[in-house]
This record gives sequence, structure tokens and C-alpha cells, in this order.
Amino acid sequence: MAVRRLDPNQPTSFAFTPENAAWAKATIAKYPPGKQASAVIPVLWRAQEQHDNWLPEPAMRVVADMLGMAYIRVYEIATFYTMFQLSPVGKKAHVQVCGTTPCMLRGSQALVEVCKRRIHHDPHHLSADGNFSWEEVECLGACANAPMVQIFKDTYEDLTPELFEKVLDGFAKGQPPKPGSQIGRQASCPAGGPTTLKDFAKTGK
Amino acid sequence: MALQDKDRIFKNLYGFQDWRLAGARSRGAWDNTKALIEKGHDGIINEIKSSGLRGRGGAGFPTGLKWSFMPKSDPRPSYLVINADESEPGSCKDREIMRHDPHLLIEGALLASFAMRAHACYIYVRGEFIRERERLQAAIDEAYDAKLIGHSNIHGWDFECYVHHGAGAYICGEETALLESLEGKKGQPRLKPPFPANVGLYGAPTTVNNVESIAVVGDILRRGATWFAGIGKPNNTGTKLFQISGHVEMPCVVEEEMGIPLRELLDRHAGGVRGGWGNLLAVIPGGSSMPMLPEAQCQDLTLDFDTLSKLKSGMGTAAVIVMDKSTDVIAAIRRIAYFYKHESCGQCTPCREGCGWMWRVLQRMEKGEADKSEIDLLFDVTKQVEGHTICALGDAAAWPVQGLIRNYRSVIEERIDRYQAAQRQAAE
Repeated sequence: MAVRRLDPNQPTSFAFTPENAAWAKATIAKYPPGKQASAVIPVLWRAQEQHDNWLPEPAMRVVADMLGMAYIRVYEIATFYTMFQLSPVGKKAHVQVCGTTPCMLRGSQALVEVCKRRIHHDPHHLSADGNFSWEEVECLGACANAPMVQIFKDTYEDLTPELFEKVLDGFAKGQPPKPGSQIGRQASCPAGGPTTLKDFAKTGK
Repeated sequence: MALQDKDRIFKNLYGFQDWRLAGARSRGAWDNTKALIEKGHDGIINEIKSSGLRGRGGAGFPTGLKWSFMPKSDPRPSYLVINADESEPGSCKDREIMRHDPHLLIEGALLASFAMRAHACYIYVRGEFIRERERLQAAIDEAYDAKLIGHSNIHGWDFECYVHHGAGAYICGEETALLESLEGKKGQPRLKPPFPANVGLYGAPTTVNNVESIAVVGDILRRGATWFAGIGKPNNTGTKLFQISGHVEMPCVVEEEMGIPLRELLDRHAGGVRGGWGNLLAVIPGGSSMPMLPEAQCQDLTLDFDTLSKLKSGMGTAAVIVMDKSTDVIAAIRRIAYFYKHESCGQCTPCREGCGWMWRVLQRMEKGEADKSEIDLLFDVTKQVEGHTICALGDAAAWPVQGLIRNYRSVIEERIDRYQAAQRQAAE
């Protein structure tokens, strides 16, 4: 369990863009009639994406009204699922450093130190310019490419503190590096090249 | 003998080739799927039963048997739900399937749904896998366009396939928590019985299967149960995606046969333990929930369900986390304890309170700031959590701590001694 509360500073209102409203309608249609509450996570997620990657309280009410849910049920969802950011995050990058044991064994703590030094001493706080924020998260499911971070939709893997600084430099300049392995590995293939299915690795694309 | 390339199911594991429909077809997916459907509902279930396939999500329950629990005639709709909420620390295989070979999963979903008389399938992808979700959706769109799935498709079994996603909750990998989440609620596990096969998604018969379990179905049916059953060991058959992380030279994901010796797996594919086999301290063989095995037990260890459960550990998801002698083993388990503290859903008191308690004690033990009697107390608390909760998260949190105490009590005691000696010295 993690204690998660709504931010004291909230915007007064929230409204989906016409495109996102249409997208939400199509998403609700994936579930049987009367089961529209199933769409709550995807629709809240879209609201977060629209709102500078954090989820304000008025959006929760908009989503609740849209899905015929009590407000408290949507607040529960927003506070239970930790990917919903309840306070503003960095405009250019919100860095999620995986800190669980497989990443820890390969040096994730050094990445956390970089965040503390470059962004803010504490997680979930904006950097002085408001462009960056960070948090340590639980296993992101890329353990064979540890240590790694996720920034918005993409992962940056096989990091060292130096490579991580380069990634952050890229975001600061508005030119994010290519996602995936930062040492040039193909996905989770062994660093020295495949040990299996070598014929299939030749006709790469 | 090592697995031959011709027996590998995941031919595009690393994404060297095209993931799209054309590429998947060139590797054998969607090849006369109609003929597989013609084996009939029970024909498919029997074939999967005789292949010996055991669920790849961690528990290792026989997949065909699980399917046979679904009602044969029921006025309610039946559902297949695919668990792609891959979050067990160490596990990173379903990600590779979804982004590099998504059509294996979609074809398997059609076949499994047909076998269980389901016309709809939801794939629950963990929230963090955003690119994987986009890729999977694109592949599903291709399959719809080619009339492979959907209403009145070329296979003659109406089938809708939807991608759903979570938003960062490990507990949603537990099947009933997943169903709750899919219904739009907090992911808090349900009491069983009733089991999902009777009362599952929206109160209807439901089977929840892991991504890898479903993705291998097409190949098993195409090549035959005897082919699959001929790989691996009795009762532990087939191929398996192993995920090797931690202190090896070259961490990777690789498909190998069930029952491969640990040392062979690490040496052949991961460049061996960092600093050589002699530098091995311990291995967590199946994802963070499984108790660790010290080096002495790793010598001739084979990786399969039965061998590992005999050693009081488990195969889990076949996520092998390797720790060399530089590891602070107390810190490693303390971090796992924090993980479970963070991911406990809060429903059952022993888990909600116990996970935090275990973590806090381990934090002190890591520094040696504890009393030796607390080691037994900690063990006792793990036993009060284990088996006293609705779902297995309580067990999963307790086992790594038990593994630590069972195998490394002397390390904890030594740390306490050192701390106390330092205290005495400071006082003098």
C-alpha cells in the first residue's frame, strides 16, 4: 500500500478534447452494455495524457459522470493505481527509475542518485525549472535490460549513470534519444549476439 | 541436449524480423488455422492436455485441465482473459511476445477461445507496457482486416479480441484481482470459490491464462501434442522462455527446454555468472516470490516445476535472478520486501500490516541494528502472513524472507554482531 492523496491545488474544470471524447466513446463500446465502468482505467489514462501527464480531480468527476459511476469509485481507482499521477510532473520528462531487486543488483541506486542531484532531492517534486520530476517505481518488466528507466511511453535500458545523464540531456534539449537499449543491444538478445536462431537474426529489419 | 532451433516456438523473440502479419505468416503462424479449429472444442482441449502444457504464469497448473473446467452449455457468455500484467520482478518474457510475435498470441487466443466456447477475449496488459500495447493492438487490427478474427471470419467461429490495460498494480496479475480491475474496480482479489470458470468476468464463466501459455497453443496443435511432450522432462514438458537477470555477463531472454540445468542455461546463453561460476552466491529461480537457492543447491540444479518445488522454491515464471558474491543478500531481500509492501492491495490485515512490518525489520537487520531474537520473531511473522490471506501475495511476500533466514541466518547474525561491537566501541 502506498499513501496517495489528491493535490491541494486543482484546476477548476476539465473537459476532453473532441478527439479524446470520441476515443472514449469507442473505448466504452469494447465492453458489454451496462459494463461501461470497465473503461475507467483507459479513460482516466487518456485524461491524464491530455492534462500534461497528471490527473486532476475535475477529470475524475468528468470520467465518473461519463461512465455512470459514483465519484468515490473513481477516486478509489485514481488513488489505488500508482500510474495515475496526482500532482504535476515534469513538462519535458517524468523519470520513473525501476528500483526493484533485478535492477538494484545492476546498479539502479546510482540512477536514483543522478535524479536526486539533477532533478530534485525528493521524488514527486518538480525541478526548479518545472521541466523534470522523478520517482522510484517497482519492477517495470525489463529485467534482462536492467537497470532501466521509463519516461512517459518509452523505456531506456542497459543504463549506467553516464548513459542516463545523456538520456536526460536529450530530454532537456527536447531531443529524446532512441528508446530501448542504450548500448545498442537488440531488445533482450544477449549483448554478444544471439546464441539461438542465428539464421533469423541475419535477415534483420 | 540443448533445444534445437527447429523446435523453438518464438522465432522472432528479439524482433530481428517483421512482427506484422506477413512476417508472422512466413514463420508459420495463421497457417491453415481452420484445420486446427476442425479438431473441435474437445479435440483441442484433449490435445493440450496430452501435450502436458502447464501454465506459464507461475503456478504451473495444467492448461488443458483448466480449460476443461469451463461449462459446455451455459446461457451466459464465456470469456477468455489473457493475463499480460507481467509484473513479477525478474519476469520480462510476455513483453517480448507482445512486441515481437503478437500474432502467435492472437492466433492462440482464437484457438483457446474456440476450445472453451468463448466468443470474446480480453487481453489485460500492464499499464507500463504502452508500446507493447500499441503493437499488440496494431496486430489485432491486422487480424481483423484479414478476416482472421471478428464477426463471420474465415475460421467460422465469431471471435472478438480486445486489448485492455491496467495502471500500475502488481496485484492485478492475480487472476481474480485482474477480473475486478477489468470490471472497473480496485484490484482486490476475490475469495475462491466460486472459481472464475463458474463466476468470472461480469459473473460469467471465465478462464484466465498467461500470455506465454496461449501463445504456444498454435504450435502445439499444428505440430502435435507428442512433439511438445517430447521436449523437456516428464510432467515438465515443452519449451519455456527463461529470463536471466542480475549478475551474469550477458542478461537475456531465451527459449530453452524445460528442465535445462541452471549452469548450462547461464553458460550457454548469458555468458555465465559474472566472475565465473565460483563467484555465485545464490539464485532466485522463478521471480522474486520464490525463495532463493544458495550456491550449494545450484550445482546440479535443473529448472523445472517439480525439481524446484521439491527444494521448497519454485519455477514461477522462470525468471532467473542471479546474485554473485558481491551481493548484500539482506539488502536484496529487503528490497523485495519493500516491493510487496508497496504492492499489497490492503484488503487482508496480515498482508497489509505484515509486509510493512517485515520490510521495516529487514531495514534494521541490513544495518545489523537488531537483536538476534528478532530473527526468529521475523520468521514467526512470515508464518503468520503465509496462508492467512485471500490471495497468494501474502505467501509471495513471506517466502523470500523465509528463504533468507533459512539460508543466510549466519550473515544476519554476523551483521548484528558487527553492529553491536561497533556500538560498544563507540560507548567506551
